[in-house]
Amino acid sequence: MSSTATRLLAPVGTAGKLFAFGLDVGRGLFRRPFQLREFIQQAWFIASVTIIPTALVAIPFGAVIALQVGGLIKQFGAQSFTGSASVLAVIQQAGPIATALLIAGAGGSAIAADLGARKIREELDAMMVLGIDPIQRLVVPRVLACMLVAVFLNGMVSVVGVAGGYVFNVVLQDGTPGSYLASFTALAQLPDVWIGMVKALIFGLIAAIVAAYKGMNAAGGPKGVGDAVNESVVITFLLLFVVNFVLSTIYLQVVPPKTG
Amino acid sequence: MGVEIAVDSLTKAFGKQLIWADVSLTIPAGEISVMLGPSGTGKSVFLKALIGLIKPDRGSILIEGTDIASCSEKDLYEIRKLFGVLFQDGAMFGSMNLYDNVAFPLREHTKKSESQIRDVVMEKMDLVGLLGAEDKLPGEISGGMRKRAGLARALVLDPEILLIDEPDSGLDPVRTSFINQLFIDLNAQIDATFLIVTHDINTARTVPDNLGLLYHKHLAMFGHREQLLSSEEPVVRQFLNAQTVGPIGMSEEKDADELAAEKDLHMPPLPPIALQLEPSNGIPRKSQRPPGEWCRENGVTPPPGSFTPEAALS
Repeated sequence: MSSTATRLLAPVGTAGKLFAFGLDVGRGLFRRPFQLREFIQQAWFIASVTIIPTALVAIPFGAVIALQVGGLIKQFGAQSFTGSASVLAVIQQAGPIATALLIAGAGGSAIAADLGARKIREELDAMMVLGIDPIQRLVVPRVLACMLVAVFLNGMVSVVGVAGGYVFNVVLQDGTPGSYLASFTALAQLPDVWIGMVKALIFGLIAAIVAAYKGMNAAGGPKGVGDAVNESVVITFLLLFVVNFVLSTIYLQVVPPKTG
Repeated sequence: MGVEIAVDSLTKAFGKQLIWADVSLTIPAGEISVMLGPSGTGKSVFLKALIGLIKPDRGSILIEGTDIASCSEKDLYEIRKLFGVLFQDGAMFGSMNLYDNVAFPLREHTKKSESQIRDVVMEKMDLVGLLGAEDKLPGEISGGMRKRAGLARALVLDPEILLIDEPDSGLDPVRTSFINQLFIDLNAQIDATFLIVTHDINTARTVPDNLGLLYHKHLAMFGHREQLLSSEEPVVRQFLNAQTVGPIGMSEEKDADELAAEKDLHMPPLPPIALQLEPSNGIPRKSQRPPGEWCRENGVTPPPGSFTPEAALS
């Protein structure tokens, strides 16, 4: 094969390797013993680096949506649906997206940096030589922890976002508290919550797998770790927005919108 | 009681860059072997191939009937339990203190109780002289201590094969001598197969039973220590005596012009062969052969002054 073709096809190879790594992780999920201790430690660690930033992001997110949707809906003269519209936007889109940003930016970068540092210090080699599979021992607990924390973060963003929207709608836009709350169920429905959670779960999975893959393939000394972290965050962002688009499209096709 | 490693026509290239080709040797069970080579000749890659961290392109590595180069991942993890490996920087787990590092393989692979684990860990820590440092983190100790801690961890599962990557890098001469003596004593105690990768000449001259030299992408020679130390082969001779005259150049092998210019320069006479280090308790190791035996059997006259206590100093 010519060198140009090799270079052009290199991304395909990387994508394939990433996917193969994902399958390895899937296989490692069912291998015993399950690393409960590592899982709990990692879940705690990821939660601790993401909770506060997520809450801080969720408030303005909810507020912006409330302001934008509230302003728009006023022009249509449908103020009574403000609550419903902002709930829909927060739960279906803003929740998972804010979660994705934080999970990739804070959780994923921490995972990539940790595994990358272990890789260049030959700790991962040492582990393999001691007869322990680092995917089963280190990556699987991190992936599960990331998924768990993502789902909880999504719940938190939804609550904080809706509450933020409420405050802005009622305080700044003179909306009526009663109609904001009463309209919740007018357009929104239970599957909207499920899709939000499913999205968060998948985002957590992708973020953790990309971060672990990049970290475990760091090469070239300390600079390699920095590169791995940087690449993992960028790749995760790109993937998450594409996946979000696909999932949203499928959801909107499959689940009929509720007509108030 | 040690395991033999049979390597046959092993070849490895990274992309277009050939690392070494057709490396064939048998590392005898229970003996100490040293693999030498100029910097960048793939000594560490060779070591990693032996433990299956790097897949060779061709060839086989047989250990107890399993071919490391082609066996399944599962067999690989199983066979690795025979190995103890000391990495260049010790490769300690940075998030654990030394005690947990050394206890790690025991906790993962055995059903020992914590008190049994404690006994084993303390015994190995004592062996490498690290008692009292159990609570330190790898980041808080010197390179030499990390190395010794790595050795304690490599020993904890009573390995049949011990692979050691550059034990002397970053150590002062006294510590290097101590660690060399430790290898000899360990070999006498546990009879494991030792393979040490290094480019420290003093280690190569006094520690091993067998010597090998990787040079210019192939295995130049592998054999009994006396065979290499008395060898007239230019590469072996140049390397083992740390000279500039000979086929090894600064960057890679020298070109024809340089060699022609050197043709009239005589290589200095071979220094006497030093005595091998003895176990510190004075009881000879099982794999140890009397000094000079190989030379006598093969009709080689060792350089004058060989096998005397003074030879070590020259």
